[in-house]
Amino acid sequence: MEKMPKWADVVLIPIISLLLATILSAIVILAIGEDPIEAVNLMVTGALGSTYGWGYTLYYATNFIFTGLAVAVAFHARLFNIGGEGQAMLGGLGVAIVCLSVPWPHWTIALLAACAASMIFGAAWAAIPAYLQAKRGSHIVITTIMFNFIAAAFLNYMLVNVMRPQGSQDPATARFPEAVHLPTFQSMFSTAENVMFRGAPANISFFVAILACFVVWALIWRTRLGYEIRAYGHSETGAVYAGISPVRITVIAMLISGALAGLMAINNVMGEAERLVLNATEGAGFIGIAVALMGRSHPFGVFLAAILFGFLYQGGAELALWTSIPRELIVVIQALVILFTGALDNMVRIPLEKLFMALRKGSA
Amino acid sequence: MDFFLTLVQVLDSTIRLATPLLLACLAGLYSERAGIFDIGLEGKMLMAAFFSAAVAAVTGSVWLGLLAGIAASLVLSALHGFASITFRGNQLISGVAINFLASGMTVLIAQSWFKQGGRTPSLFGEGRFESAEFPYAIGPEDAELTGRPVSELMSETNALHLAYSELLSGHSILVYVAFLMVPLTWWILFRTRFGLRLRAVGENPAAVDTAGVSVVGLRYAAVAICGVLCGIAGAYLATALQAGFVKEMTAGRGFIALAALIFAKWRPWHAMWACLLFGLLQAVALRFQNIDLGGVVIPVQVMDALPYILTVVILAGFVGKAIPPRAGGEPYVKER
Amino acid sequence: MTVPAIELKGISKAFGPVQANKDISISVAPGTIHGIIGENGAGKSTLMSILYGFYKADKGEIWINGQKTDIPDSQAAIASGIGMVFQHFKLVENFTVLENIVLGAEDGGLLAPSLAKARKELKALEEEYELFVDPDKRIDEIGVGMQQRVEILKALYRKAEILILDEPTGVLTPAEADQLFRILDRLRSEGKTIIVITHKLREIMENTDTVSVMRRGEMTATVKTADTNPQELAELMVGRKVLLQVDKVPAQPGKPVLEIENLSVTDSAGVERVKGIDLSVRAGEIVGIAGVAGNGQSELLEVLGGMRPGQGSIKLNGERLAMHGPGSDGQARRAQGVAHVPEDRQREGLIMDFYAWENVAFGYHRDPAYKRGLFMDNAALRADTEAKIEKFDVRPPNGWLTAKSFSGGNQQKIVVAREIERNPDLLLVGQPTRGVDIGAIEFIHKQIVALRDQGKAILLVSVELEEIFSLSDRIAVMFDGHIMGERLPAETDEKELGLLMAGVAGEAA
Repeated sequence: MEKMPKWADVVLIPIISLLLATILSAIVILAIGEDPIEAVNLMVTGALGSTYGWGYTLYYATNFIFTGLAVAVAFHARLFNIGGEGQAMLGGLGVAIVCLSVPWPHWTIALLAACAASMIFGAAWAAIPAYLQAKRGSHIVITTIMFNFIAAAFLNYMLVNVMRPQGSQDPATARFPEAVHLPTFQSMFSTAENVMFRGAPANISFFVAILACFVVWALIWRTRLGYEIRAYGHSETGAVYAGISPVRITVIAMLISGALAGLMAINNVMGEAERLVLNATEGAGFIGIAVALMGRSHPFGVFLAAILFGFLYQGGAELALWTSIPRELIVVIQALVILFTGALDNMVRIPLEKLFMALRKGSA
Repeated sequence: MDFFLTLVQVLDSTIRLATPLLLACLAGLYSERAGIFDIGLEGKMLMAAFFSAAVAAVTGSVWLGLLAGIAASLVLSALHGFASITFRGNQLISGVAINFLASGMTVLIAQSWFKQGGRTPSLFGEGRFESAEFPYAIGPEDAELTGRPVSELMSETNALHLAYSELLSGHSILVYVAFLMVPLTWWILFRTRFGLRLRAVGENPAAVDTAGVSVVGLRYAAVAICGVLCGIAGAYLATALQAGFVKEMTAGRGFIALAALIFAKWRPWHAMWACLLFGLLQAVALRFQNIDLGGVVIPVQVMDALPYILTVVILAGFVGKAIPPRAGGEPYVKER
Repeated sequence: MTVPAIELKGISKAFGPVQANKDISISVAPGTIHGIIGENGAGKSTLMSILYGFYKADKGEIWINGQKTDIPDSQAAIASGIGMVFQHFKLVENFTVLENIVLGAEDGGLLAPSLAKARKELKALEEEYELFVDPDKRIDEIGVGMQQRVEILKALYRKAEILILDEPTGVLTPAEADQLFRILDRLRSEGKTIIVITHKLREIMENTDTVSVMRRGEMTATVKTADTNPQELAELMVGRKVLLQVDKVPAQPGKPVLEIENLSVTDSAGVERVKGIDLSVRAGEIVGIAGVAGNGQSELLEVLGGMRPGQGSIKLNGERLAMHGPGSDGQARRAQGVAHVPEDRQREGLIMDFYAWENVAFGYHRDPAYKRGLFMDNAALRADTEAKIEKFDVRPPNGWLTAKSFSGGNQQKIVVAREIERNPDLLLVGQPTRGVDIGAIEFIHKQIVALRDQGKAILLVSVELEEIFSLSDRIAVMFDGHIMGERLPAETDEKELGLLMAGVAGEAA
């Protein structure tokens, strides 16, 4: 017997959780002596009030779509990939190598190559934890955390000792050549008389991210591989019975997850920074966790949640600019969202289930 | 003598750096032995570091600071317990949330409280933990008396006296607390009723429940002890190792502690050795940067990454398998 | 009249929409053995869990020795002198026997004195009740029979006067079960009150003083055991006349379909579970494997079904099957013509959160019939589901419900439909009627016999001797990884099989 309708599970619970997170955030803002209504106003104007704001919101959202999808795919196989951050860092390395080592004639070809490289690098970074989980039973949460730190150290080494141009003090690669610069929204949507998205970093990667949503949706719900991933995620013993190899699914799901996280690099490294810097990922790998939890691991949900977090990030930056509220407010909101949609899910769910049971009894 | 002095100094620094790891590692040990995974050690330490430094700065008393740090860490522990024990949520996700909560809240509160860009004012005098000088050890007092720097006095004395002065003497009281916690934890775990029940609840909570002992009560107790120890660890960072709180000052120590816990296979004495090993790696990295081993240069980043690499190797089971408590990570649901 | 040791008055308990106990009243005299019998899911275990403070009753009262007693938790139950031996033992595997007995009943904060005291008291208890165990052995080093003794000693150490045992013989050999009942008899003679929950009529008839029958959450009768008979109890359990025998014509066995030679299986912990067995199943024949749970039958099925590797030789229609690596997994087995109704439908046979129509493809999801281009052909799959739901009378007939929304019987019908409709050469069936209501049992048995009559080979594993007897054309008994012997159902009886199941070898078949 289902305890409540599916729409309540998919829509109502995330919305209530979000509401709780919002209320708590408002209390936090009040507590540090600021006006929450004013703060929301500032955030909305800053993030959504102009094409410039949208340009940033969608730029951030693009990052979060990739990392959110990465976490979501792993979730379907009941794997918790906390390693999105490290995988995205490695994806950045792949993009940098591709962009700097080949004289690309046109950005389109460069983008395809960068996509491939970032996915391969991200997947490779997920491969070892995946293999260890599948073959040796090493807890993937711990190994992916460890791999984040190892990735940071590795990237640090690469940027300081290997890829830094001679004479530069900055731990970063050289700028990418003009030919691999991706079209920004500004260049795509502006007309002669009306400049839109001026100076905002949103770029063509956003459409790659949307494409990724469709591909992931089809993969998970329409293909046999997706069927196997979901079946394995629900029951490992069931998977073995059905002849679905846990080792194979664990590795494949993590490779896809790592590839998606790595793919983020076409946005932040190739599309925005146009070189690889330290800490290029800025925690986007972790935000993917919140995004996937809120989006209920469904690509459409991930898309919406990513836009929401994009809004929060841009709005938060505006807030930090105009008020004394630091950007870390967003980290708090992110924590609250993870808390309510993830860890405290039952706190919201159990009363709702009781409510629906009571309603059903009442109508029966 | 020079080499020996350097060695002793590195070992001294090892002890200082191992202390927060050890406290956090033992904190995790209590929690995970009771079946509650805790990847939120980092967050609890960070929160405690901030509140201990903030209260110490405001009141001028490091002891009040310590209490505040412990209280702050306990609040997060309660949240973790609430999510993972009462509401049977995902313990890993709860830990992730707690880390972010601490990371954001500390800066947010620091900014609105002190307006120094997310840090607390520097601590001095009563606001910091002083180092304890043992009798006959060389310390700042001797330096004052002779009018010569401590390091000079150190380099002149014999090896035994040097080791005594650097390694045993001259640490903050929290260092001694941390190392005393090791035998104490062993004793509690394996020689007391509480320890028996704690281990049982991490292995098979149903056995504890049907024996008429509250699973929820035990697990909350474990999580609370974890909170207290993380609180001390955080306070040590901000009021003893350093003089004040800075943004993200835990710098992954919570995760290294977690790594040490796995490395130690959830046993107290092994935890101490693991933390000392990881402390040594940090101390060496701090002192030498790139190490030249007869032509082969080991970059500092390798030292940074070594604790994590070692943990992965251990987890992979190539060097003895690490088997966590059987009921770890699983919320307890009554069933027949 | 003596005061009853336990009296339950009007106990009701619902789990969400399911009414597990409805207005149940029962009274047990001290110094007696009282049986509670009922089908799976009749609410027996729920009732006892309420008595042990595991669940809280929605309504009703509990009276212990004439005192109205509130039992909010296990602590209170223990304090009222109630001890419980659960079906799945509640022991800490890596603790010693002594530590398990002491856990929760320690004296003072330090362990050493508690353990010393317990060691002494344990010795006294052992002698009083002839319950010998080695206090310093770890639980994972001793067998299930011993573990059960530890559970009983745990209760006695806590001064239990009332002992509840939930399906105590499920994991025991008939000999071990007899021994258990001797222990219980002894406890009764010492004045203890004992409640035994079981679904085995024989145990009730042989060992209890009074018996209560439960059906669908209700108490249908309480009678003196001496005044009733198995047929009457069975009818009370089921609520109508039951056929204990399956109608079937004699088998017409053909050529061998499955030939097993010297098959061994070692589990992931390195324990050898199946130790070099030979077995064959012919076309048009049902071979039943009898045995106490845990003697290698599950592993045998799992190797044949491609769920784990093995050594030796398995031939299907004369072709040797791979037993590890490529060609040995469940997908390969299905392609080779083996269908498998697994022992545990909830953990293996179905994905409980998948829709019924998704489950109809489970294991066959790579079948070209369900494929369209790059994707799965969900429309074809749903049409197929509708046909199977109708043919196997799955209720409610709705493919868009998740597997967990169906009753146990209907879940099993979905699995059986999926496997039988594949028209396999060999059907593996594990515990086909575990947790299934009588109506569905009859239906499923008929389907299995019908498949046999089409000339297919069927290998049945069941721990229910009755089921083995009524379905099998030939019976093989497994004990400790060996096949102890093969018998024809007409030429053997429960007693002989019981001896074989306990490892007492008969003459080779």
